[in-house]
Amino acid sequence: MLSYVIRRTAYGFVVVLGVLFFLFVLFFGAVKPEDMALRAIGEKAPPEAIQQWIVNHGYDRPRLWNPEDPTDTLLVEHFRSMLSFDFGRSDIDDVEISRRLREGIGPSLSLTVPLLILGVLFGISLSLFVAYFRGTYIDTVGVTLCVLGMSVSIVIYIIGGQYLIGKTLRWFPISGFDPSPGVVLRFLALPITVALAAGIGESVRFYRTVFLEETHRDYVRTARAKGCGDGRVMAHHVLRNSLIPILTQVVMAIPFLFTGSLLLESFFGIPGLGAMTVEAIHDNDFSTLRVMVFIGSLAFIAGQILTDLSYALVDTRVRLE
Amino acid sequence: MQAYVVSNLVVGLLVAGVALVAWRAWRSRLWREAAAGVARRRPASLAVVLLFVGVALLDAVSWIGAPREDEALSLRKPRSLIDRAFPVDWNERSYSRPLAAVEFYGGRALRHPGKHLLGTDIIGRDVLHLTLKGARVALLVGGLTTLIVIPLALLFGVSAGYRGGRWDDFVFFLISTLAAMPSLLLLIALIAVLGRGPVQVCVALGVTGWVGLCRLVRGETLKLRELDYVRAARALGVSEVRILFRHLLPNLMHLVVITAVLLFSGLVLSEAVLSWLGIGIDGSWGQMIDQARDELSRDPPIVWNLLSASLALFALILAVNRVGDAVRDVLDPRTAGDAG
Repeated sequence: MLSYVIRRTAYGFVVVLGVLFFLFVLFFGAVKPEDMALRAIGEKAPPEAIQQWIVNHGYDRPRLWNPEDPTDTLLVEHFRSMLSFDFGRSDIDDVEISRRLREGIGPSLSLTVPLLILGVLFGISLSLFVAYFRGTYIDTVGVTLCVLGMSVSIVIYIIGGQYLIGKTLRWFPISGFDPSPGVVLRFLALPITVALAAGIGESVRFYRTVFLEETHRDYVRTARAKGCGDGRVMAHHVLRNSLIPILTQVVMAIPFLFTGSLLLESFFGIPGLGAMTVEAIHDNDFSTLRVMVFIGSLAFIAGQILTDLSYALVDTRVRLE
Repeated sequence: MQAYVVSNLVVGLLVAGVALVAWRAWRSRLWREAAAGVARRRPASLAVVLLFVGVALLDAVSWIGAPREDEALSLRKPRSLIDRAFPVDWNERSYSRPLAAVEFYGGRALRHPGKHLLGTDIIGRDVLHLTLKGARVALLVGGLTTLIVIPLALLFGVSAGYRGGRWDDFVFFLISTLAAMPSLLLLIALIAVLGRGPVQVCVALGVTGWVGLCRLVRGETLKLRELDYVRAARALGVSEVRILFRHLLPNLMHLVVITAVLLFSGLVLSEAVLSWLGIGIDGSWGQMIDQARDELSRDPPIVWNLLSASLALFALILAVNRVGDAVRDVLDPRTAGDAG
């Protein structure tokens, strides 16, 4: 088990290196420092200012190979700063990126954690209901509603939700954020409702497939043959065994709680990491974008390793080698 | 050569290519029955998809045409068949309600009272016209990206699965690396670097999109490689190329078709999100929605822009999703037996 964990983590580290190399090619190979400077300080900047900007941000190093000092290159610096989490300052406004990350993580988590928990609860209970009535017209209607819901763009959910709930019904504030405990829920209620509505179709369909796959198994037939009621079969046999694929899916989602939600945060004015990323896109702030992609992939790789481990812990049939 | 001539040629080649593939598929009984199965299950959705394709094709062919005396020189740009269905001076000055006779603000008389079926937008463009033109962009995003994704995924997936060894390790590493980056962030980073524009967006979507199909194809090839008929072919000395094309590819095609159809709606929806972030393709429904989102906060709100674009997007995605489900039911060996 331990050796598996070590090997899995080692491979994860290799993938992290791959990601870093890809980011290097993308951000340093395809874009010249002059262009970055132009985007940062304006198209009409004088050449001296551009040179100054490049030197200040350390982009004057050779890209791959420096004959005088082989370690003083952009490639080495890129790997060093990312792997030591020393992200430096933003290209655009010189704010420390790590400070931004620290400030953004709280609002992001306060949005994504309740969203994940509620999403899983709603998804499972609705899909159990639909799967219980499999083959009847409740099932057909449910699945059709799911497909209808999946076909609407998240953008329309956001605009529609804001208009309907925030503006016409005036239940919650349209946007904004206030971290004090009593008020924060009022601001989070609308984005969470909208995101739940947007995601429910897809998750119900997924969970339903998982449940239906279980209901065709032999042990379900045996339980029923022994006189087990439909409800008991669903709650005790099907649900418990379906929890394995569901659990792995949820574990996979946990690391992404930390990257926030791009669309929700920027549209509802929540000052989290997602909103920060959207801002970076608008400002052409490559230094921040780079860091966000890197952190996102760290999260993904951590999620994969966690998933494999939790799979082995929950499903005793799985033997890790 | 002029850009519109190139675009016309590309469209012509594409149509010819699709016709060729369709003709080849039609000759095989399996695909003919699959197509008939999909058409039987979801006739309405299929019709909607074909309608959108038709509109997109009408908008994809454009030319300048003979000069007319009443035309200003600035109007001498290529116009598509859809553009030609509307008069040249079809624009109004500003917003007007659907079928209105006067402008929405100020109440000045329109140039074409009662003629704008879906109203006009902020600079007086006909919303019906814009919505119809959006179909071309949506199909471009879905279609061009799929054309990038399928060859990439097949090339890497099949070769990795069939050859194994170091090449497989490398491809697997490549897939893991690309999959590790959150797709929306990677998309944004790619577009930030490649620059904005329809082709760039499609390339970015392609780079993020091929990984899933490649993994599926690789897994399936690994399985097929060990099957008796492939071993028999190898033992008989059939060349590798022939094994790939005769024995492996045909048995992977169902995966490719299912994934491509299901991928399509995801791609179009992604473009809407990109438009919303300000890096989408000009003229897409996503961009119309993006531009219209402030119009809801006007008093009284302006809804026809938003509704037209959203409904068009919704109709296309819904139809493609339903056709995609039918395609999977028909082609996937695991579900093919269920529910006729």
